[in-house]
Order: sequence, then structure tokens, then C-alpha cells
Amino acid sequence: FPLCQTVEHGFPHQPSALGYSPFLRLMAIGTRSGAIKLYGAPGVEFMGLHEENNTVMQIHFIPDQCQLLTLLDDNSLHLWTLKQHSGASELQEEHRFTLKGPPGSPPSAMQITAVLPHSSREVLYLGTESGNIFVVELPTFTVLEDRTITSEAVMQRVPEDYCNRRSCEFVEALREHPKNPDQILIGYSRGFIALWDLQNSKVTHQFLGSQQLENLYWQRDGSKFISCHYDGSYTQWPVSSDNRQPEPLQNSVPYGPFPCKAISKIYWQTTKNGVPYIIFQGGMPRASYGDRHSISVVHGSQQTAFDFTSRVIDFFIIFSSEPTAEFDDPSAMVVLAEEELVVIDLKTAGWPAVHPPYLASLHCSAITCSHHVSNIPLKLWERIISAGSKQNIHYSNMPWPIDGGTNIAPDPPQRDLLLTGHEDGTVRFWDASGVCLHLLYKLSTVRVFLTDADPNDNMNTLGEDEWPPLRKVGTFDPYSDDPRLGIQKIYLCKYSGYLAVAGTAGQVLVMELNDEDAEHVVDHAEADLLQDQEGYRWKGHEKLKARDGPVRFEAGFQPFVLVQCQPPAVVTSLALHSEWKLVAFGTSHGFGLFDHQQKRLVFVKCTLHPSDQLALEGPLSRVKSLKKSLRQSFRRIRRSRVSGRKRRGGSGNASEVQEVNARFDQDALQEMELAPVQRKIEARSAEDSFTGFVRTLYFADTFLRDSSRHCPSLWAGTNGGTVYAFCLRVPPAERRMDEPVRAEQAKEIQLMHRAPVVGILVLDGRSTPLPEPLEVAHDLSKSPDMQGSHQLLVVSEEQFKVFTLPKVSSKLKLKLTALEGCRVRKVTVANFGSCKTDDYSENDLAVLTNLGDIQIISLPFLKLQIRYPCIRKEDVSGIASCVFTKYGQGFYLISPSEFERFSLSTKWLVEPRCVVDMPEVTSNNHVRKSGVESAARKSRSLGDSGEDERKSGRLMEHALLNDETVLKEIQSTLEGCR
Amino acid sequence: EFRRFSLERSKPGKFEEFYGLLQHVHKIPNVDVLVGYTDIHGDLLPINNDDNYHKAVSTANPLLRIFIQRKEDADYSAFGTDTMTRKKNVLSNVLRPDNHKKKPHIVISMPQDFRPVSSIIDVDILPETHRRVRLYKYGTDKPLGFYIRDGSSVRVTPHGLEKVPGIFISRLVPGGLAQSTGLLAVNDEVLEVNGIEVSGKSLDQVTDMMIANSRNLIITVRPANQRNNVVRNSRTSGSSSQSTESSLPSSTPNIIANFLQGEEESDEEDIIIEESGEPQQIPKAAPTSGSLESLTQIELHESAQNGFLPSSEMNLNHSAGSINMEYEVQDPDHKSLEEDGTIITL
Repeated sequence: FPLCQTVEHGFPHQPSALGYSPFLRLMAIGTRSGAIKLYGAPGVEFMGLHEENNTVMQIHFIPDQCQLLTLLDDNSLHLWTLKQHSGASELQEEHRFTLKGPPGSPPSAMQITAVLPHSSREVLYLGTESGNIFVVELPTFTVLEDRTITSEAVMQRVPEDYCNRRSCEFVEALREHPKNPDQILIGYSRGFIALWDLQNSKVTHQFLGSQQLENLYWQRDGSKFISCHYDGSYTQWPVSSDNRQPEPLQNSVPYGPFPCKAISKIYWQTTKNGVPYIIFQGGMPRASYGDRHSISVVHGSQQTAFDFTSRVIDFFIIFSSEPTAEFDDPSAMVVLAEEELVVIDLKTAGWPAVHPPYLASLHCSAITCSHHVSNIPLKLWERIISAGSKQNIHYSNMPWPIDGGTNIAPDPPQRDLLLTGHEDGTVRFWDASGVCLHLLYKLSTVRVFLTDADPNDNMNTLGEDEWPPLRKVGTFDPYSDDPRLGIQKIYLCKYSGYLAVAGTAGQVLVMELNDEDAEHVVDHAEADLLQDQEGYRWKGHEKLKARDGPVRFEAGFQPFVLVQCQPPAVVTSLALHSEWKLVAFGTSHGFGLFDHQQKRLVFVKCTLHPSDQLALEGPLSRVKSLKKSLRQSFRRIRRSRVSGRKRRGGSGNASEVQEVNARFDQDALQEMELAPVQRKIEARSAEDSFTGFVRTLYFADTFLRDSSRHCPSLWAGTNGGTVYAFCLRVPPAERRMDEPVRAEQAKEIQLMHRAPVVGILVLDGRSTPLPEPLEVAHDLSKSPDMQGSHQLLVVSEEQFKVFTLPKVSSKLKLKLTALEGCRVRKVTVANFGSCKTDDYSENDLAVLTNLGDIQIISLPFLKLQIRYPCIRKEDVSGIASCVFTKYGQGFYLISPSEFERFSLSTKWLVEPRCVVDMPEVTSNNHVRKSGVESAARKSRSLGDSGEDERKSGRLMEHALLNDETVLKEIQSTLEGCR
Repeated sequence: EFRRFSLERSKPGKFEEFYGLLQHVHKIPNVDVLVGYTDIHGDLLPINNDDNYHKAVSTANPLLRIFIQRKEDADYSAFGTDTMTRKKNVLSNVLRPDNHKKKPHIVISMPQDFRPVSSIIDVDILPETHRRVRLYKYGTDKPLGFYIRDGSSVRVTPHGLEKVPGIFISRLVPGGLAQSTGLLAVNDEVLEVNGIEVSGKSLDQVTDMMIANSRNLIITVRPANQRNNVVRNSRTSGSSSQSTESSLPSSTPNIIANFLQGEEESDEEDIIIEESGEPQQIPKAAPTSGSLESLTQIELHESAQNGFLPSSEMNLNHSAGSINMEYEVQDPDHKSLEEDGTIITL
């Protein structure tokens, strides 16, 4: 059982920089935590982590090499290399370098602002805040001091009156001439631009810009370049041999005449038909659209301002990189926004978006639960894909344009689905078979209900004469219309295609897969879980209003019955038996069983303790708001981290600032330590709150009453350590519609330690867990041994206990909490195969504890096999989000948008394995740089906020985490949610 | 009155029968009496149930001397285990209770009317500075009633003084079990929970462990107040070799848990309600080979030991020799260190 953390799925948390190599056709993304990730063709992925957890500010690929450079916010440069090692490529950090000035000079003078890896691959040009440009030799990183280009040298011949106003400026952009590698274009922040000849070390041309410069871009032939500016304008400058002080050819403010935001990056792409593509980031009118995150594409009369739902970090254009090609002919635009990656097809009319095969935004609405189904039958797989493809018609058909590298990993051994439930009432179906977590199909439950939001309100339908021509792109939408829609539990039967989902407001939907659109009425039933209890009043949220009359559903999973729990508390457990056509659901008040064939409620059982008032007050609303405030405070912290790393001003002393920060942090920490933290030691009692909370439901065909007859049964475990067992009578198939399903309580077990029951399992006569419904019917499992005696395994948060059946006597137990002080958070039966012999496999329990440890416990003898620390114990949401697969793999959220995949099995291991080969280098191949750095830096300074906020956020976090009751509440919500 | 009669040692019968026999031979059929006997140490011990009756019969050598007193004028102070010094006076104490007239007469009922709520255990194997307390939660409605917190204590280690994190009792709830026993106090450092060391564990982990063991909680503490420690006769106190506190985490496992037995394991009391039946305890299935292996460390100890070590003398020597955990409270400097639990803790 080796624990391997194999791959991160989803979208990197807090991306901060983007780079692209047209030569390797690889894209690189850097994050604020110092991670760097490379992506090429689907399956080609690399990841590296800088030792220091600093923000990656800029990424530059070395021209025509398998190498890239990263600049961190501590002013260090790192050289990374893709090296081939036993057949596969690996990303390795090769060198690190910090530019140091002469002793006594202010450190800000050495602050790198622009990086230009020269096409000769021998030197780097580093523009700094002092205005000087240092030359560094590769790969040794030796500073060639005699070749330093000082700002004085560049400004020698600048007219006096222009020069005086513009001292003390820093290098904003460095661009190599596309045709002549001996010339570089230097742009200073106050607007002065010079073309520098490297051979003769002198300025050949100077351009006297009047506006603060943001970025520069060379046109392909090198005869012109574009500069873009802080005031939202861009300027085209000619470069000809006769004119040493040229005047601008064209100066334009695209969204004028009112004051506009800065254009932080611009592309000018030539095409065969002569009409160029002008693509620029920002430039919106400050007053009315200043809050938009936009990138505008102008092509002749066509103009669209793509409007992103989160901040644009950076973007690049994929165009013809053939040096011999005469035109750019852009094919796609790749935009890295803070929360998602958007790719626009520029070749197809209407500029549709391209569906990315990876980097999916898992969190486009917050993930509330997840469910994994292994080994999906091909038939179901195809039907889900076909339903999904009907949803994706508005996407471009363009093949994925970033296609560098070769995926050499073996094909995934089986088809796995990961289902995520979201806050907005959707369920997303992900292909979790391989390295690329890919969205197959999205199911929305919203249609069943009447909500405030009008579904016809389409954001994209803007009138013809709208200006600016904004168009919303991307799927990231964190705002939920109604928190009650949130999905809490999902259960999919892979054989029958039945799906049950349950939500925050006590709604349980049973669905069936239909390949066609359909309009039908959803049957509606109510389950009053408080039946035999009197005098309670629910103070929580109301139930969702179901739509009357027929509802139109698109192809895919279509709900046919809605069971509404009363009171409409969050559904805390769900089980579906597709063979018996029964669905069981539980809340904090009790549980019920519904016959979805006859559409009839079979029974309900109230588990509420008469004295438990708290369970009725709708704790959810209270906890919800707490969760929200927590989230806000975390967001605050996150934001303030940015501000801590904002670009340091010329006068600011960076190290001093850091020192002050550190001192403040320490003070804050000390303050926290003074706060008394104490824990109450008390035995659990029946009077505790939430003892009736139903934690787990389980269907089993076993011996409940006597050892001669087995029968269907339903098991339920509660928070108070009670296990209920109901004997079910399901009519035979031919009379299934005629006779009612009957249920009778057969047993009730009260565990004296009263810890929450988190898992129930029946082992057959061979001590093998009972198969899933329909598994035997599909010949995928041996039929269970009904001769030998069955055993019942009850897993509480504190202990594992095995009882005999039908007469319940305790047989075995394993105490976890009493010995180790950890509690069970997640438990699943997993099948472990041997990678050596195909015919050996065993079943074990995979357990995740509240300390983030993963343990494997053998069945049926309950022996601890192995234990690994996996998730940090402070990472409450990571632990709560963990889901195990049936074959010893698992996923947990490492950020709101990323799943970490891990494996405990030697047989099933999904990890990236890929090769990047150096394409043949043609001589005189000058690949143009995409000009990343400035935009990245500019955009980052937008989200600034005060330092104080960071402190208070931190204090808040501490205070919350130190409060026992708050922690418990958080924990229970998270458990409830996922 | 003296009577002498014989009993079948192998078949002593029940206490009730014996009591009836005594009443019969003394011809006092309707008089309530207290029955006592002298054990091998000369202590006067009561006979009032089957267990101590059997114990008494088994100690007969071959004579068993039994004392009978009328319940209304019985002298309870004559009973006790610390009667070694009064060995010769047992009889006179009983016969002439006026010897003790000076002492206030406290009426304490016989053990059969009590239910244990707590006990100090393993005194013979623990260092004097430590105290192992067992709280009997089951059968009582009283809450355990205490809180624990993080803190730090100073230890003497081979590398000098070291500040290490520890877990301390932070609060006792008035009327709770913990407070009513008087064996635990605020700022006592918690060292073990049911035989498992707490060093290296977080406050939450220790909380969970205590709650998981709450029905039969055994806490080893180092009391903040070291003045009430048991002083053992068997050792010479004040010897210099025992004066340093060196409670290294690794040193505690030397102390073998020696928990009192006799009570069934509390969490075996899971209850089953069969359909429309009465709640009843879940019986234990016949153990299989697998179950034995999975038994926990404590359970193994439980099965191996019967409550008293075969030779307490030997163990005393052992603890005195190899575990130098004693701490001298007299030294004022050391004292301030010892109370660091209170003072240094943030």
C-alpha cells in the first residue's frame, strides 16, 4: 500500500504568471505559492515547486530550448529544464540566481522589472527599477558588467527638455528586433522608448512617448512597433533607417473619449488579407466599465471585448511561428484569468471558445460534495458523453491548440467518473480515468424548482449598438442564486443509470438517463420525518418550491420524482438500491425509505431525541453564515497576501518592510497564544445535540432475523452511536407494481461509547463485503456467500466493531481514538490488487482520520496495515472533501479549485508520464517573445488592499480555529455538506 | 462469648448461610451484627459479602479468628488496613472501645454501601510525583466535569532545562466527578490517558482520547501541588540520586500499567433491542484467533494481571532503582520550576 500523490487535477489556485513557448508548444503557469506547471497536449503535464513559497512573477521560455526562466517576487531568477530520464521527461530546477548590485546601492535598483532571453541563447537582458539593463551570461549566470546598458548611455542624446521631466524611471519592456538580433527595443516606464544596437552599444532610434508606458510589441517584419499606455491608448511607431527620431504613425484610444483604464498588453497580428488583428488587454472606460476584466479583439470592423468573470492574469496569442511565414495568421487566444483558462478560436467566425481538455475550473460554483464511481460500463459512458456533447455545441471544434509533448502514459485501465455537487444545484460529471480531469456532462437540478433567477435572463444578448461590445466568456460563476439548491449527496448506480441527488433544503431527486430531450411532470412526495413527535417548530430555511406542470429537460439525467423531507433540513445521507428500486435518505431529524418504482413512501423513522432542540432550529442557516464569514476572512487573507507582494516603490526598502511585517505577525501570534484554549472533557450522552443526525445508510441482503432466511434490509447509523436495522419485504419482479414494499424494524443497536456511526457494512460467509446492487446480475462480482454466517461491521468515529448476525454478539473491535487520539472521518472498502499476480486481490478499509492520516485496516480481522500522513490536519476542508475510489485511489481538494489525486494501490496508479522532444531547430529561427512580464505585474497590483486587513484576517482565522465550538460547528457543517 | 466450630474449607458456602450459622451458634437470631476477622497481617477486616467471606476462609491457618459485634455499639475504627502497629491490640480494641473515646466518632458505612467513584492506582509502581487516577463514570449521572488546556512545563533533561509543551487540567466543574474526588486539581499536568502517553499529542487528540475512554478514564497526572504525595515507608527519602525530575517522554513506558480489574470493560455494554423486545447487553462472541491478536495493549495487560502484582516489594525496588523521577519539593528553586505549569504557561 504505497501512498503516492500522483497528480493535481483542476485549475491552479491563485495563478500569477503565464508563459508560452511556440517552439515547444507548451504553456507554463506560475502561482502565488511558488508552483510552476507546464501543460502541452492532453496528458502532458509537469509540475515544479520553488523552494521558497514566493509568487511567480514572470515566466520566460529560453528560445529554442527545453528550458524556462521564472522570476519570483523575491527578485530571484530560476532556470528550469525538461530533462529526459528513463524515457520520460521531468521538470528540474537547474539554477537559481539573484541579481546583486555593488555594495551600498539600494536593493530596489536591482529589482528586475523586465526579462529578455536573447535569441542567441547565450545572454539574458535584465531591466531593473534603476533603469539600467544588466547582461547575464547563460547558463552560468555570470553578470557581464562591461556590457551593462545604463540609462545614462541610452538617454545621452535625448532632448534636454524631454529628459529633465523623465529621470528616475525603470525599464518597463525589453523586446528583441524580430529580424535583427543585434537590436533591442527598450521601453522605460515614463514613456521613453529607444532602439539599442548591441554591436555598437548605441541608440539607433529614439521615440519620445508622452504617456506612461505599459508594454511594447514588434510587428512581424520589424518595420513598426506598438506601444500601449496607462491612459488606455496605443501608439504605432515606424522604424526606418533614415529617421532617427520618428513621430508616431497612429495614436488611438479605442474606448475614448472619456478617461480609460490602462492597456497593459497589446498584440498586432498581420494576416494574409491585410486586415490586422489588434488584441489588447484593458483599456475600458474608467467610470462605467472600469471594473471589467476584458480583452478586446479588433479585426477590421469586427470588434469584441471578451469580458472575464475574474481578473485577467495574462494572455498570449498562438500564431504561425514559422520564421519563413510572411504573416502572423493568429489562430487562437489563450487567456489565463484568476479562476479559469479561456481559449478563443480566432479562425472560426464568431470567435467561439474552445473546450479545454484540462485545467477545468472545478470551482466554477463551489464544490459541496463529491462521489466517485469506478469502472463505468461502456454503454453508460457513451450515453453520458453523448448527453454532454449536446451541451457543448456552442464550443469551437478546433483541436486543442497547445499540443506540445507526447503523452506516453498507458491508457487508463478503466473508465472512472468523478461526480461533483455544487452550491448552485448542479452536478458535474468528470472523466477521472486519466491525468486530465475532463468535464463530460453537467446536470442542473435548478429546473425542477421555482427560483428567483429568471433562466431566460441571458447575459450575452446585448444589442447591436452596444458599446463597448462586451461578451461574457468563461464558466466561473461563484454566485449562487439560492443556497438551498446546493447538492449535498450523490449516488449513481452505474449499471442501471439511476442517479439520486439530495440537497441543502431536504430535496431528494431520483433521475433516469434519457438520450432525448423530454418534457414531463416530476412526481412529488413529502416525507414528514417528525411524524410521531409533537411540539417542534422548524426555524431553518423553507423548502424549495417545486415547479408545477411539465418541465422540459435536456438529454441526460432527467428527474422523475422529488421527495421532499420535512422539516427541509440538509440531507445528510443517501443510499439507492437500483435492483429493489428503493431510495433511502436521512437528515438531522430521521430517515425515510421511498419506493421510486411505485412512487410511494415506504416508511419514515424519527431519530430525534426529544430534548434535542438545537436540531430543530435549523442550525444550517447559522452555520452557513459562519462558513461564509470564514470564507470571507480567508479571502481577505488571500487578498492581503497580494498586497504584501505588490510592487515595491522606488523609495521603499523591501527588507525593512518585511521585517516590520514579521514583527507584526509575531505580535499577532503572541496575542493569540494568550487567548485561553481549553477543551471540555465529558462523556457523550443521549442528551447531546444532534444525536439523531443520520450519518450513514446502507442496503444489504442478509440474515437479520434468523440464520435460515435472508432478506433485504436497510441499516442506518446516527451521530449518537445508534444503528437501526429494518427488515424489508420487496415484492418479486412480476408483482413489483402490485404489492407494496413493507418494512419492519428488526434491530436497534446502541453503542455505549455513543460516537457517531460513519459506516455500516455486512460481510458475507467468506468475510467479503456484500456486492453492490446489480453487480452480480452483470457478472461483475461473485455472488455473495449466503451459506456461512454473515457479520456486521459498524464503524464509528472512534472504533471499528464486528458483530455476528443474525444474533448480534460482539466479535471483534479496534479502538482508534482511545489509543491514538484520532477519529475516523471517511471510510470506504477498497479492493487492492497485486501488481505481480493478477489473480490476487483483497478487500481492506481505507480510512481517513481527522488528523489527515490515511490508514489501511484489514478485513475481516481489523488489523492496522499501514498509516500515512496525507493531508495537513489543519486543512479541514481538504479532509472533508476526501473521496476514496473502490480500487484504492482517492481525491481531496488542495484548494477550492484543485483535486489532489493519490493512490494506495500498486496496481491502479494514474500519473502523468510524457516526453517533450526538442523540435528541429532551423537556422536563423527567431521566435518572438510573447511579452508576458509587464502585463502580469500590472494586473497584480490591481487587487491591492491594506496591510491592516491582512493582519485582522489572520487574527480572525486564529480566533476561529481556537474556538472549540466554532471548530465543531465548522466540522459538522463540512461533514453535512460533503 | 467465644465459640469454636469447624467449616469445610473447600466448600465455605455463601455469606448469608455463614451469617445465619453465626446467629445460630450464638443464639442471637434477631440481632444485627458486624462480622470481622483478622487477616495474616493482624488487620481487622470486615466480612459482609461472599467475596470477603471466601477470602477470610482461605486465609484460615488453620484457625480463623472471627469477631462479632452488635451493630448498634460497633466500633468502626477498629476496622482498617493500617492496623499493623496495633496488631496485638485488635482484641482489646474490640473489647474495650473506650480506648478510643477521645477520637471523634465518625460513622462510615461498610464498603458494601459504597460505589467506587475514583481511585488512586498503581501507587507502588509510579514515581511519587505522579498520580494515576481512575474515574468511574459508569453508573453515575455526575458529569466528569473538567477541562484541559495546552501549556508548557520545564523538564530537566540531559541537555539541561527544557521547556516542553504539555497538557494541563484547566478547570474543574463544581459538583463534577473530577472535583468531588479531590484527586485532580487545576494545573495538574496530564501525562497519560489510559496508559497512552500524551506527549507529542495535540490538545484535540488528548480531548478525543479522554472522551473515547470517558466511561473508564484513567489519567496519570503530575499534581501541581506536590505536598500531598504518598510517602512510602519502603524507601529512604531524601537520597540525592532521586532529586532530579527527569520525566523524559521515553522514561514513562517503563511504568507498567497496573490497572485494577474486576469491572467488565465498560464499552462492551453495547445494547441491542431486537424487534419489540427489551434492551439487553450485547454478549461477546466466542473469541477467534483473529480477535485475540487484535486486542489492544491495555487489554493484554488486563488479561495478564489480576490487580495485584505478585510481589509488591520487588516492584518497589524496581521503581526506586531505575526510575529516578522523584522530585524534592523542599528546594525553593526547584519548586518554582515545578510550578511552571502555572507560571510559564502562556
